Amino acid sequence: MLKLTNIAVSYGMISALKDVSITVGQGEIVALIGANGAGKSTTLMSISGVTDLVAGTISYRERVISGLPPHIIVSQGISQVPEGRRIFPRMTVLENLEMGAFLGNGKDLQIDLDRVFGLFPVLAERRRQLGGTLSGGEQQMLAIARALMSRPALLLLDEPSLGLAPIIVSRIFKIIEEINQQGMTVLLVEQNAKAALRLAHRGYVMETGRIVLEGRAVDLESDPAIKKAYLGE
Amino acid sequence: MSSLRQAIKRHGSFFLVPLWAGILCAPFTGIAAATRIALVLAAGVLLAAALRTGTITRLAHTLFSGSARMQGAGRRLVALLAAPPSAFLFLAALCVIPLFQNDYYRDVLTLTGMYVVLALGLNLVVGQAGLLNLGYVAFYAVGAYTYAISSTRFGLPFWPGMAAGAAVAALAALLIGLSTLKLRGDYFAIVTLGLGEITRIVLNNWDSVTGGPNGISRIPRPSLAGYVLKTPLDFYYLILLMVVITVFAMRRIIASRIGRAWIAIREDEVAAEAMGINTFKLKLLAFVIASALAGCVGVFFAAKMAFVSPESFTFFESVLILCMVVLGGMGSIPGIILGAVLLVMLPEIFRDFQDYRMIGFGIALVLMMIFRPQGLMGAGKRQ
Ligand SMILES: Nc1ncnc2c1ncn2[C@@H]1O[C@H](COP(=O)(O)OP(=O)(O)O)[C@@H](O)[C@H]1O
Ligand SMILES: [Mg+2]
Repeated sequence: MLKLTNIAVSYGMISALKDVSITVGQGEIVALIGANGAGKSTTLMSISGVTDLVAGTISYRERVISGLPPHIIVSQGISQVPEGRRIFPRMTVLENLEMGAFLGNGKDLQIDLDRVFGLFPVLAERRRQLGGTLSGGEQQMLAIARALMSRPALLLLDEPSLGLAPIIVSRIFKIIEEINQQGMTVLLVEQNAKAALRLAHRGYVMETGRIVLEGRAVDLESDPAIKKAYLGE
Repeated sequence: MSSLRQAIKRHGSFFLVPLWAGILCAPFTGIAAATRIALVLAAGVLLAAALRTGTITRLAHTLFSGSARMQGAGRRLVALLAAPPSAFLFLAALCVIPLFQNDYYRDVLTLTGMYVVLALGLNLVVGQAGLLNLGYVAFYAVGAYTYAISSTRFGLPFWPGMAAGAAVAALAALLIGLSTLKLRGDYFAIVTLGLGEITRIVLNNWDSVTGGPNGISRIPRPSLAGYVLKTPLDFYYLILLMVVITVFAMRRIIASRIGRAWIAIREDEVAAEAMGINTFKLKLLAFVIASALAGCVGVFFAAKMAFVSPESFTFFESVLILCMVVLGGMGSIPGIILGAVLLVMLPEIFRDFQDYRMIGFGIALVLMMIFRPQGLMGAGKRQ
């Protein structure tokens, strides 16, 4: 469904990604794990069209999307939940969700709202509350719900567990699993390798801008090098 | 009365207005006069609050309900007052008051109206789209000179002239926006700062077209169905019409889908982009609309003064308009109107102290940033 072929990205003189190739199949959850600064967020931002490639191509459903502006990429069905949630703090929950549906024609807004409120009942309760006044976990849920409002076929999640208590993390991961079972393809970026690999079907490990390992999630989980570096065993 | 008390509690910030006005005036007028100004403004704010909460309509109701014969008339009056009360009354007052003033006051009111439109325009760029525009006056100048040149040389009448002024200013903004808005961060501020200065330098030096420092004089007055507008009162009503149209249009656009998207861009540009908002196009749109509006006011200015020269379009003007937006509260229409009114009226009232007004602005802005960064009536912190 999504195919990154030998992409490279640099910020000025600093090269952030080198020769990165990743594929994500329809219906999969693919985890991209790596330490802080490895280049995970940059990878997602390249897919979304926010950062430009220096080399390589990105294609989605057999069509090249690298070089297209972000709003076109969103309209083709790729939605990102950026790192740090980045909800609009001074808009209400409802207004945040409406912004997520910005590209829609507005007719099916209620259907989409009902759908995300079904997944996140807590957001329905707080629909009139300002985004900035939600707890960290609720903000993450709002960020995911907002991304779902554009009816994506591929969801890019950047560290959804960041700064959240373990119990909240497991609740959010449960919802990601549920969304996936309803047919959503997910590319999940995580530093929390253990939780991510348990959820994902396949995984990639990134170090300083390169993919150093890839494979089935179960194999990666039992890989001794991974265990040592990322699972703290 | 209890609802009035609630309103005071809820809109407490409105009562900072007189306080601020007092502080602003004090260096110019001395403490005693500043206190008087603050008290008058406080009474005005109280009256506005009373209108908003319907305290006055209820008061009228009790008064009239005493006699059965008066009830019909009373009810009608109450309905009239309650309709969209404050806006309606306010507009009526604005139509009537200048009739009882001399020409000097009419001119001050007209000037205020011009800055209200300019500040509302700049607010789209600074307050809604979150871009710092330091050369807004350039588009005001482009509008003024477009009309000045086309009317004196080619006999273009006022109304097409206004369209031309708006169009040329919009086109200039489009070209500049296309080349600078793609860049992130502060480039836009730097480019617009430079643009303002370049415009002034061009106006000063391109003698054959702009008349250089002498400017262009004998610019024709506007006419409406054969009647030539020439008195200060005529121009007052024209700018009042422009203000009403602008306020109405701004309310509509800020509440629209596009207005929401601007707020999203201002709050978090990356997130807005991730939502599929075409941030570049929307920022460009804000910039172009605002510049067209400045162009319109420029045409009005040229027609009213019948004379333009580069002196009217200095960096100080850009800063002044920016102050109005920031002082009043970015994103809030009443706040910006208030900012424009304060910054035009106060220096006019205390003309003798004009030399100190920059100091006054500076102090006011610094205090503002410390105590009320969202502006006097800012939309910043919503409850
Ligand atoms: N906007 C930026 N400008 C310059 N360098 C950046 C920028 N964003 C990220 N980087 C650098 O690119 C590298 C990869 O960063 P990032 O993709 O954020 O990593 P991760 O998400 O894996 O923590 C890091 O060295 C980081 O410092
Ligand atoms: Mg990251």
